[in-house]
Amino acid sequence: MQIDFSYVIWIPAVLLVSFLVVGLFGDKLKPMLSGAIATLAILLGMVLSYTAAFQYFLSKGLVDGTYQTFIPQNWEWLTFYDTLVIKLGVMIDPISIMMLVVVTTISSMVHIYSFGYMKGEKGFERFYAYLSLFSFSMIGLVIATNIFQMYIFWELVGVSSFLLIGFYYTKPSAVAASKKAFIVTRFADFGFLVGILVLSYYTKTFDFQELMSPGNAAITNMTGISFMGMSVLSWALLLIFMGGAGKSAMFPLHIWLPDAMEGPTPVSALIHAATMVVAGVYLVARLFGLYVLHAPDALAIVAGVGAFTSLFAALIAVTQTDIKRVLAFSTMSQIGYMMLALGVSGYVGAEGLGFTASMFHLFTHAMFKALLFLGAGAVIHAVHSNEMGDMGGLRKYLPITHITFLIAALAISGIPPFAGFFSKDEILVAAYASNQLYFWTEWAVAGLTAFYMFRLYFNIFWGTDRDYEHKPHEAPFSMSFALIFLAIMTSIVGFIPFSQYVSPNLVPFTTHIHWNVAIPSIAIGVVGILVAAILYLKPKATADKIANAMPGLYKLSLRKFYIDEIYVWVTHSIIFNSIARPIAWFDKKVVDGSMDGMAWITNKVSDKTKGLQSGQLQQYAFVMIAGVVGLALFILYYLN
Amino acid sequence: MDKLSLLIWVPVITMIVMAFVNDSKVKWVGAIGAAVQLVQSVLLLFSFFAAREAGDTSEMLFTTDIVWYKYLNIHYATGVDGVSIALILLTSIIVFTGVFASWEIKDRTKEFFITLYMLATGVFGFFISLDLFTMFLFYELAVIPMYLLIGIWGTGPKEYSAMKLTLMLMGASAFLLVGILGIYFNSAPDGGQLTFNFIEISKIDIPASAQYFFFPLTFIGFGVLGALYPFHTWSPDGHASAPTAVSMLHAGVLMKLGGYGALRIAVMLMPEGAQHYQWIFIILATIGAVYGAFGAIWQKDLKFINAYSSVSHLAFILFAALMFNQVAFEGAVLQMISHGLITALFFALIGMIYSRTKTRNINEMGGLMKVMPVLGVAYFIAGFASLGLPGFSAFVAEMTIFVGAFQNEQMFIRVATILVISSIVITAVYVLRAAGTMLMGAIKNKDFELLPDAHWYDKVAVFVLIAVIAGMGLFPNWLATMIYDGLGPMFERFVVN
Repeated sequence: MQIDFSYVIWIPAVLLVSFLVVGLFGDKLKPMLSGAIATLAILLGMVLSYTAAFQYFLSKGLVDGTYQTFIPQNWEWLTFYDTLVIKLGVMIDPISIMMLVVVTTISSMVHIYSFGYMKGEKGFERFYAYLSLFSFSMIGLVIATNIFQMYIFWELVGVSSFLLIGFYYTKPSAVAASKKAFIVTRFADFGFLVGILVLSYYTKTFDFQELMSPGNAAITNMTGISFMGMSVLSWALLLIFMGGAGKSAMFPLHIWLPDAMEGPTPVSALIHAATMVVAGVYLVARLFGLYVLHAPDALAIVAGVGAFTSLFAALIAVTQTDIKRVLAFSTMSQIGYMMLALGVSGYVGAEGLGFTASMFHLFTHAMFKALLFLGAGAVIHAVHSNEMGDMGGLRKYLPITHITFLIAALAISGIPPFAGFFSKDEILVAAYASNQLYFWTEWAVAGLTAFYMFRLYFNIFWGTDRDYEHKPHEAPFSMSFALIFLAIMTSIVGFIPFSQYVSPNLVPFTTHIHWNVAIPSIAIGVVGILVAAILYLKPKATADKIANAMPGLYKLSLRKFYIDEIYVWVTHSIIFNSIARPIAWFDKKVVDGSMDGMAWITNKVSDKTKGLQSGQLQQYAFVMIAGVVGLALFILYYLN
Repeated sequence: MDKLSLLIWVPVITMIVMAFVNDSKVKWVGAIGAAVQLVQSVLLLFSFFAAREAGDTSEMLFTTDIVWYKYLNIHYATGVDGVSIALILLTSIIVFTGVFASWEIKDRTKEFFITLYMLATGVFGFFISLDLFTMFLFYELAVIPMYLLIGIWGTGPKEYSAMKLTLMLMGASAFLLVGILGIYFNSAPDGGQLTFNFIEISKIDIPASAQYFFFPLTFIGFGVLGALYPFHTWSPDGHASAPTAVSMLHAGVLMKLGGYGALRIAVMLMPEGAQHYQWIFIILATIGAVYGAFGAIWQKDLKFINAYSSVSHLAFILFAALMFNQVAFEGAVLQMISHGLITALFFALIGMIYSRTKTRNINEMGGLMKVMPVLGVAYFIAGFASLGLPGFSAFVAEMTIFVGAFQNEQMFIRVATILVISSIVITAVYVLRAAGTMLMGAIKNKDFELLPDAHWYDKVAVFVLIAVIAGMGLFPNWLATMIYDGLGPMFERFVVN
């Protein structure tokens, strides 16, 4: 039976209308009305997404044991060749539905939360216009039917992210951060675009379904063409992964994410924790069939990058003092988990556990990380600072924030029964089955995660009170509502039997908790929490002592392994001073100079020769006679 | 009177009316003339579609052919296809918005507008011509007023810039004239009547030896106007000194004459010559694209930034014109339109900002977004459009060029294509740097706090351009198809050859 999912198009459509209305007329509306329009739009989107999800997963999606793909709309947007056409459409399959749920849920909560958080802020309506633009673009990305549509919306989420990071545009650090985010991801997208071109050149299509169709001869053909030691398919997929790595802040393209925390905190929760930054994971998942079946070498690189980033970011998170930056590095680390899980996954049945785990972790992480950020926002709202040093003892003042934050921290630390435990467990199982090194790395990162999260938690909510300018107050209802909602989600979504819904080959499979992996992973989580408790529960100098005992390592982590400095050096010393500046000079002096030089020579020559046309008859007569005589002499001489 | 000649007559009549009204009314006459021309161009587009719908498959529509000088077989021959219609529309839009962007001209208003319309007449004539000789004539008619417009109404070292621009373009015309005459004298290799009609010429094979000689002359001749590296240096100085509307028309339309000619005349009439020298010009175009972008990073003057950006984006056109691929050719024409619109918007905004702040140095500005939000937002939109954000025209044009160019199997061309693509990353750097420094942050100069935002005439110019840029970016297919089909007949003959 054909199922009509054509109503899904209303989700982006409503958001686009909301963006246009609030964006164009927002300054004429009351700020609250602007916010209400945008919020209603996204709530409607949420309702439609949930409807689609229930309809798809619980009744209509599964036919003969396989999840079906529906394409209710697919319009031609730009035609290059008969088969190379950019289309805009809607694709319904398990991962796009899952992403719809994630995006609309988190976005709705952020919309509601921002009523409290952004209250009285200048540009309140602008903020909501941008949120609508972002949600629209992100949904366009997840429902893409072809890779070019994905690229189009990929760029649009990039620009929404730029606008939101730079929301406080009078603040130089925010402006710099927004530029950095845009340019770094743009550089990564350059790889993405070239990857699309390579892929489409050989396959003559952008369409996901055609690309993934089993027995696609063009794909097999691509694996046979070798270029510098890898098949062209692997090259194409690696270039595409470069785009994904940029958006998902994988090492070494991660440098924009910590700075992106300059944006308002709800934005960090929505874009830089739950949705946009996982677009890279989604991209690899979208093309997973190609990676796993035809380009295992590219997939191995995905795994390696993911594993390295998760460790690298966790090591940095341990020493950061800005609470939003701790969370940013934690996001990087968790996305590293997701990438790794994709990288170690197989395709059929239980071998596809890594893929399922990655999507599961994406889902749970979105809930608890958004919750952590919104909680951090409530804290910042209360104490007007991002620095851990300005916080302490807040559990008395912010009880709701405290409890919800604790739930999220337990979830990310992998403590059952909260959501993170289940998804992380599956990732570790998949890693264990594939590569012991990856497993032990990720196991250690789980410990680090628990440690830095509880370092954060104890520093904020325990310890001693600081001299607060005014007594910190609990967040208003709109904010605590979002916190409570997400805390409930964090507590329950772990029990969703994800492998029943999401699998690489669209055929559900069953899995269960592997206690041989779960017990050590819970243990390391508890150890991390205990260490944090010992060091930070009561104000003691032990932590500083440890830091002082290894100043080199401490500084390395605090300064984020000096990657930013390397980038600054590359952009300033190389790109600006060694390329752009010499080119500007060369253009002015050499290229332009040679043109001016030609003009100058012409001028000089004319200066020297203009005496010839003096208009004086005597001179002409003299020259003429001299010429005749000279010619006569020459002829005489020559004839002789 | 036929449809196409009206496109020349409307600006001519506007000029005549302007000559008889007093200075204060001149700009209104200009606005009305430009509006009539715009309506006319749109009607032309509709009648073009109607004719195609009715099954008229002839290559050029609405043709007129009048013998002008029969001993050399020079005709006043006009006709349009999808390509020229697109460029005619572009020209009318830019002339229309250019009038509103020059609303504040006070010095010798009448002479200014008359000269401006002379330029426009030349451009319209160029795009409807099918005869190389009249085409060249119109080309000269468009170039010469530039000297006066910059030299009289310009700013900064205007005499120097005007002279440099005119000399370089005249030098290029000399090349071009030799190239066109070369084509003419080889237009009947089997004997018979020589012709200037390029549609006729495209049907015959010019001897390869002649192509090898005349292709580079023609391509460079047009290329100089299209900012071919290293002959682009007239453009930054010229733009910096030119008044707003002149910059708009010049970068928006006049420089497209170069790309149009390079594609339609140089490459399509002399494919073997083009193939022969392809590698040299691909290298030059690739350098232009990357070099222009890097050059823009270091500039401080808004007009210089945009001029170097134009060098980079115009190089895309010449690059695509050398790809021997119909989709890339289509991309080249789309890029002409897109760049024309975007750069006109940039120059309009720069002129508006300059008329308020009296400086174009980005380091002396800062925080202007707070003072002039409309202009600030518009500048950001122009910037995003320029760096190829989806939803705006440049994305469509660039992607068409890249997809088309990438169909070429040679490794050399692949590498060049990737280098050209890399320039869009650098575009993001200089666009955001300029916009960020100028508009964001705290207000640097206290005097700027009281500056007015956009006036109504500014808004007309800015909103029309933004609407067209977004329209083309959101609904590109009709335009792309029209251009693709327009290129079809010539391209087919060209592949058969």
